Amino acid sequence: MAKNIAVIGDSESIKGFCAIGLDIFPCTDSDKAQHLLRRLADSDNYAVIYLTEELFELVEKERKRYEEKLTPAIIPIPGVKGNSGIGTKRLSSFVEQAVGSDIIFND
Amino acid sequence: MAIMNVNPTRMQLSKLKKQLTTAVRGHKMLKDKRDELMRRFLDLVKETRELRDKVEKELSACNAHFVNASAVMSAEALDASLMSPKQQVSLEVSSRNVMSVDIPEFSAVTRTSDSGDIFPYGFAFTSFELDDAVMSLNELLPDMIHLAQIEKSCEMMSAEIEKTRRRVNSLEHVMIPRYQETIKYISMKLEENDRSSRTRLMKVKDMLLDKAHNYSQRPAE
Repeated sequence: MAKNIAVIGDSESIKGFCAIGLDIFPCTDSDKAQHLLRRLADSDNYAVIYLTEELFELVEKERKRYEEKLTPAIIPIPGVKGNSGIGTKRLSSFVEQAVGSDIIFND
Repeated sequence: MAIMNVNPTRMQLSKLKKQLTTAVRGHKMLKDKRDELMRRFLDLVKETRELRDKVEKELSACNAHFVNASAVMSAEALDASLMSPKQQVSLEVSSRNVMSVDIPEFSAVTRTSDSGDIFPYGFAFTSFELDDAVMSLNELLPDMIHLAQIEKSCEMMSAEIEKTRRRVNSLEHVMIPRYQETIKYISMKLEENDRSSRTRLMKVKDMLLDKAHNYSQRPAE
C-alpha cells in the first residue's frame, strides 16, 4: 500500500519539500495545526508526517493518539529558525521511558 | 506479603502450584524478552541519534541555501518554481516483527524512474542557489525517510519495553511471592490438620483400648 509523506510547518521552512515531491501543508497556528494533523493522520494516506519543531511542541496532545500506531510516524524537523534540540530531547525521553533513566544522552 | 484469600484445601494447593510454575516460566520468558528488546533498542537509539544529528545539520544547510535563493529571487518567482513538483515520492509501508513489536519499514517509490530528475523548473530564470538547495534536499530525503522509520521504531519499542518491564517486576515482586506464601500457608495448614487428626485418633484409640481392657481399674503392678 503506497502512502505519501506530509510536511507541516511555516511556509518558509517547508516549501523546498514541495519541489522534491512531498505534500506540504503550510500552517503556523496551533489550533489549525492540531486539526490538520488529525485530518492527515486519520485519512490514513500518510506514512510519515514531518512537523517543524515549533509546531511539534504545540500539538503534543494530538501526537499522543498516534504513538501506538504503526503509521503515521510523526517526526520533528528543524525549520528555518534553527534547531532547538527537540528531536534529541525526544530520543532521550524514549531512553528514559525504556530504561528508567537516561543512560545515553546525559554526557 | 499478603497471602491470597483461598480455602486451604489440597485442590487449591495443586492449582496454586500449577499457577506458580506458569508464573515462573512466564517471568523468565518476559525477562529474556525485556533484555533482548533493550539490547536492540539501545543499538537503535544510538543509530537514530547519529542519523538525527546528520539530518538536522544537513537540513539547516538546505534551509540556508533556500534563504540565499530567496534573497536573490523574488518570493513569487521562488514559489512559482517550487510549487509545481515534477516528482512525487510515495512510501511502501511494511511492518517487521521484532520481539512481538511491530515496527514499520518504509521504502520510497518515486513517480518518475530517474530519482535525480527533480528540478521542477527551467534553469533560465532561477538562481543557482535554488538548484543547490533542491538537490541537497533530494539527497537528504532517503536519510529523512530512514530517520522516520527508526525513530518510530524507537518510540514503539520504548513503549513495549516499559510494558514488559512492568510485567516482569509485577511477576517478580508481587505475583510469585504471593503464590509462594499462599502455597506455604496451605501446606502448613494441611500439615497442622493432619497432625491434629492423628493425635485425635491416637487419643480415641487409647480410650477404646482403655474401655476394652479396663486398664484404669486394674491395680498398679
